[in-house]
Amino acid sequence: MSLRDALFIAIGIISAASALLAVTSRSVLHAALWLVVCLGTLAGCYLVLGAELIALVQLLVYVGGVVVIVLFALMLTRAGPDDAAISTSRAHRGLAAMVAAGITVLLGTALVALVGWEQVDVAGPSNADIGAQIFDTWVWPFELLSLLLLLALIAAIAVARGAGTTEDLE
Amino acid sequence: MNPALPYLLASVLAGAGCYGVLARRNAVLMLIGVELILAAAGLILVTSSVFNPDPYASGMVLTMFIITIAAAEVVVALAVFMALYRARGHVDLLPDDRDLAGGSSIDDSGSNNTGSSDTRAGAN
Repeated sequence: MSLRDALFIAIGIISAASALLAVTSRSVLHAALWLVVCLGTLAGCYLVLGAELIALVQLLVYVGGVVVIVLFALMLTRAGPDDAAISTSRAHRGLAAMVAAGITVLLGTALVALVGWEQVDVAGPSNADIGAQIFDTWVWPFELLSLLLLLALIAAIAVARGAGTTEDLE
Repeated sequence: MNPALPYLLASVLAGAGCYGVLARRNAVLMLIGVELILAAAGLILVTSSVFNPDPYASGMVLTMFIITIAAAEVVVALAVFMALYRARGHVDLLPDDRDLAGGSSIDDSGSNNTGSSDTRAGAN
């Protein structure tokens, strides 16, 4: 077991545990905060894998942006700690847990059977390679993404301020 | 490094995300499950790119695309939830007779909101 393995196991256990807590926590605010821990430690996993650029983007966009929006939405939709209506019935949850366990086992066995259990050298592309490839091979999808972000911004404003609701039609 | 470890973590994240999507009633908490599934997809892409490098750096670049698309998706989804909250007074995904009983009228949504969320707090 190499140093990377030990580091990855340590960070990965925190990430997996906080992911489970994020989907099982009774308090909506705690669930969102566990999501912060999960995505932050996932950025640490990317660092251990040698993908520094992805780790930084993950921290900036996910932990800095997405989770803040989720927290705002939780507070604006008035789902405070007193809100108990976040859980389905026990049978529903049991069935969902069985499906989730099935997906985990299926995905895990398929992927581990694919790559085996031997040590492989970490040989990912460098940050300079990634930057060069983004503006070479992937430049059109990259530019289209900026259009997508602009459209998402405009659509979010239009939907959230209530354009097109039944009040406006009457 | 053992390449099976990141894949195992990704499968656990995907399973947890599926549980969140299937078992949560609050729409925003359901979205947390979607975020976890997308994070698992990103981890699989990064891991495959690290252990099977290709000249186009596909895994890394596609992971950045996934993160960007997830940001756009979460913004639009939360705007939809805000509109849903204004129309119904809650973001509960489980269909029941509360909408028919308390939240039937849309024209006075201001007073209607407080009424239906009060009945919900009392019912639980």
